[in-house]
Amino acid sequence: MSASTQEINNLINQEYKQGFVTELETTTFLPGLDEDVISKLSKIKNEPEFMLEYRLKAFRHWQTMKSPEWAFVNFDPIDYQSISYYSAPKRKEDGPKSLDEIDPQVLEAYKKLGIPLDEQERLAGVAVDAVFDSVSVATTFKGKLKDAGVIFCPISEALRDHPELIKEYLGSVVPITDNYFAALNAAVFTDGSFVYIPKGVRCPMELSTYFRINAANTGQFERTLIIADEGSHVSYLEGCTAPMRDENQLHAAVVELVAMKDAVIKYSTVQNWYPGDKNGLGGIYNFVTKRADCRGENSKVSWTQVETGSAITWKYPSCVLTGDNSVGEFYSVALTNNYQQADTGTKMIHIGKNTRSTIVSKGISAGKAQNTYRGLVKVLKSAENARNYTQCDSLLVGDQCGAHTFPYIEVKQPSAQVEHEATTSKISEDQLFFCQQRGLSAEDAVSMIVNGFCKEVFKELPMEFAVEAQALLGLSLEGSVG
Amino acid sequence: MLSIKNLHVSVGDKPILKGINLEIKPGEIHAIMGPNGSGKSTLSHILSGKSGYTVTDGSASYQGKDLLDMAPEIRAREGVFLAFQYPVEIPGVSNVYLLKAALNSIRKHHGQSEVDAMDFLTLVKGKVRLLDMDEKFLYRAVNEGFSGGEKKRNEILQMAILEPKLCILDETDSGLDIDALKIVSEGVNSLRSPDRSFVMVTHYQRLLDYIKPDFVHVLAHGQIVKSGGPELALELEEKGYSWLEDAEASA
Ligand SMILES: Nc1ncnc2c1ncn2[C@@H]1O[C@H](COP(=O)(O)OP(=O)(O)OP(=O)(O)O)[C@@H](O)[C@H]1O
Ligand SMILES: [Mg+2]
Repeated sequence: MSASTQEINNLINQEYKQGFVTELETTTFLPGLDEDVISKLSKIKNEPEFMLEYRLKAFRHWQTMKSPEWAFVNFDPIDYQSISYYSAPKRKEDGPKSLDEIDPQVLEAYKKLGIPLDEQERLAGVAVDAVFDSVSVATTFKGKLKDAGVIFCPISEALRDHPELIKEYLGSVVPITDNYFAALNAAVFTDGSFVYIPKGVRCPMELSTYFRINAANTGQFERTLIIADEGSHVSYLEGCTAPMRDENQLHAAVVELVAMKDAVIKYSTVQNWYPGDKNGLGGIYNFVTKRADCRGENSKVSWTQVETGSAITWKYPSCVLTGDNSVGEFYSVALTNNYQQADTGTKMIHIGKNTRSTIVSKGISAGKAQNTYRGLVKVLKSAENARNYTQCDSLLVGDQCGAHTFPYIEVKQPSAQVEHEATTSKISEDQLFFCQQRGLSAEDAVSMIVNGFCKEVFKELPMEFAVEAQALLGLSLEGSVG
Repeated sequence: MLSIKNLHVSVGDKPILKGINLEIKPGEIHAIMGPNGSGKSTLSHILSGKSGYTVTDGSASYQGKDLLDMAPEIRAREGVFLAFQYPVEIPGVSNVYLLKAALNSIRKHHGQSEVDAMDFLTLVKGKVRLLDMDEKFLYRAVNEGFSGGEKKRNEILQMAILEPKLCILDETDSGLDIDALKIVSEGVNSLRSPDRSFVMVTHYQRLLDYIKPDFVHVLAHGQIVKSGGPELALELEEKGYSWLEDAEASA
């Protein structure tokens, strides 16, 4: 092996910067899952009766299902009885009314992550909901959003305060029967964010949720529901981190988006769950169902994701293009290093006339990692003049990793136009030497080349997120050369 | 500036350079000519630190330091520049971004602060004009979709901005049209200075009409078989290489 291949291989080892654990007094359920646990969960969260029924129905269905095996990932079967389904920082019985009542340790933890909840001026323009293990601990800028008529709150609060919206929309995009992990989530989800943008309102700031797994041995099952009513606009950012632990931890989230007529939702994710160490020990299992329903005419949903974390990622943010002229977009960067495995992509289901979808996927594998793009473009008979453009690029760093592409295309409407382009490339030694000959270190060269490769996706991210994503990519590649 | 002594280089177990001796003083221009496959690019690569070669004997010192012991990026920061015979493309990375990253890494090495954004643009735009390039090239991805000649010109643009001490030009003239050759040569000439040296690999006398070398060397079968002044290039133009190779064989 030549010097520069070795350099690439070394660039991949770096410390996970968010791997600290916060010592807190918590209320945590004993491991185990049955109907009693679900009743207890529903009770501790003070939920209305219909939610308990919803959960139990989902749980009963889940028990009849099997864990999916089609994805290109490998892991030992998960023992669902060894997981705790609720963990929350202890706090005053009726929950914090203001940030002053939040455990200072939790605030400190978020500060370390670069999200100072108590210094809102530093986050001007971004309202944050922070979810710590099973509960939402803070939602900032509530007042300003309320003035605009926007509802942005923990979903557990929405269950109590806006039951009519929950009843109408929860599970309307991802039904409890959808898939194994979605059914489990419906049964045991603990918290997450709820957003409602009323008719004609352009949300005055970016909305953001920050998820943090802290407790050991717990699963995180969050649920996000975003409803953009007619003619409204919203941009939502999601970030995630977890401590370094030797055991794998399960994260099974469900995100549902509903876009009514002329509404626009932009959903951006920077996922940096703990990926496990360089020998593949530990890390988060990230099994997530994200789906948007472009229910109204001319509605538009755009998913942008930068996935650098997790031991296993299983995730296909999708768009159901129901409304005529609706638009779905998926821009993705998925980076896997060491022993990480990612099987990710999207589904675009064209139902309405003149519906359009764009898929741009950039997969980067380094170390011994496996990276799979799996995408479905489905055009139903009703979707006259539907159009799809898919571009799917893979970049290999080093020679022990793998990239795989599984595009599925089903077209039932002859007027549809579906285009698919795919490339696989390697960072060549010539490119690396060229950059070094201009004075760059091998690490900087790889990071520059990878960032260049991802440019089309980064430009879809909101400014402040794009900068973070670039830095994160550089960090995640550290050790892959050097 | 550069002193190469009895340098032997192999790829795998195939010997390519077989005892190169070369002394280059500050301010000098050395032209290296020779048939295809004689080892000219290999010499350029080994001096600039490309991996994949094994030095089996001999040495090369640069400004008194062991050149062959330095990492490629350190050589670059210390002033060794290679204008590639085949410049690579880097999709998604703009020319201007690469230039800035390169310049800053060199400045940092010399304990200087990062270049000011305005100063940088002024510098870059000046050099773009010097080489009669379109400013649009700055914002295009490095060499992506550039024509052969544009790539070569882009190499010289990088050289003009990074201001190296030892400039190695590997067939920069190949692929340039007549006007471009003139412009690029003027660019190179404007960089000539008493403390900057050039090694120019070329197949054609024409380049040497524009950039007058102090010495001309002929490399054949991994050795310098003849050295002389600019007149040697004229002789080669007339007679080709066979007379030298014959002489070598009978010697
Ligand atoms: N990586 C390699 N593996 C095997 N042989 C190599 C390798 N690199 C160079 N060579 C051989 O070494 C010899 C010298 O190559 P080099 O590229 O240095 O020639 P050159 O003088 O630059 O030729 P040209 O004028 O065509 O550019 C050639 O025979 C070439 O095939
Ligand atoms: Mg050559």
